[in-house]
Amino acid sequence: MAEFTLPANSKVQPGNTYKAPAGAKRVRSFKIYRWSPDDGKNPSTDTYEIDLDACGPMVLDALIKIKNEVDTTLTFRRSCREGICGSCAMNIDGTNTLACLKPIDDVKGDVKIHPLPHMPVVKDLVPDLSQAYAQLRSIEPWLKSDTPAPPDSERLQSKDERAKLDGMWECILCFCCTTACPSYWWNGDRYLGPAVLLAAYRWIADSRDEHTGERLDALEDPFKLYRCHTIMNCTQTCPKGLNPAKAIAQIKTLMLERQV
Amino acid sequence: MADKAASPVIMRSMLGQVRGLGSAKAGTAHWWAQRMTAVALVPLTLWFVCAVIRLAGLPRAAVVDWAASPLTATLLVALVLATFHHLQLGLQVVMEDYIHRDRPRMLWLLVMKAAAALLGLAALIAVLKLAFTG
Repeated sequence: MAEFTLPANSKVQPGNTYKAPAGAKRVRSFKIYRWSPDDGKNPSTDTYEIDLDACGPMVLDALIKIKNEVDTTLTFRRSCREGICGSCAMNIDGTNTLACLKPIDDVKGDVKIHPLPHMPVVKDLVPDLSQAYAQLRSIEPWLKSDTPAPPDSERLQSKDERAKLDGMWECILCFCCTTACPSYWWNGDRYLGPAVLLAAYRWIADSRDEHTGERLDALEDPFKLYRCHTIMNCTQTCPKGLNPAKAIAQIKTLMLERQV
Repeated sequence: MADKAASPVIMRSMLGQVRGLGSAKAGTAHWWAQRMTAVALVPLTLWFVCAVIRLAGLPRAAVVDWAASPLTATLLVALVLATFHHLQLGLQVVMEDYIHRDRPRMLWLLVMKAAAALLGLAALIAVLKLAFTG
């Protein structure tokens, strides 16, 4: 069944507070989810008071400042700090987004930060994405063509054919959309989720791919595809401004088109 | 975080787990039927509500006269079929969403479908009885 309360050992408890240095003028509180697999304790929310005059503009800047200067045990993923690697995906102020693209000033009041929702937590803000990565692997996100590539050139595509991939190739696989989807929360073991379905449609729509029918066959399933109920959280939350819900709708349209 | 003692050890690869039993090669017909019954129910329901408002307070004979017309009877039967078909399609989706374990899900699906079928048949019989015997 769907779970409406957290298990006893997952209930979040109050944690430590780290005060801002004396003399700080522009202080903001960052309330951050903490959990470690090593101490056997319940998760807690630690509060870090940060002087914004001594911090970069983005939420990721604050997290790095906390890790460097306040609490080195704070654990999170980050790499490119410019919205292209997808590592720092987390739930900020109630919405999944990339910490590096989220300005602190966009958040009113305390900045509440949690890991991506409804995924197993490795530590603090680091979710275990193994299942989502395996689901991506399961849709075989690479070109499949029986016609050999020309010996002396690349496979050609018209400008119109190439334009069909716009809005999909930009996906950085941060899984903000997938972990924002209630259908994925309840049935993530069988439903592929918006990020993976967007990736599947990216190959279905590719004029160079010759396995369109097999790709549709593999998706035609009450759980893999049809758990999508156009809730639209995916499109609303995508930090890259993409529209996974539209890609899923286009897959459903093709499912119908090949029957009539 | 999960209670490890209670859950069985799984050593199957994550890819094997998510591929699971493969695609059912089904779902499109269900999805399309749910949408088409929804579209059909918009005019049918509006027509039915207007008719009931018009008939409110009239004697029984007037209602029987109305229902005995072939057009009215046809539309009433269509309304009943579309309503109960849409009902069971929609409830199936809700149950698949929220009942996670296979056996309880199958059990409740069967109970729900049997209830929808019997209620639909009862509604159908009521319409036919009204139309044919008054």
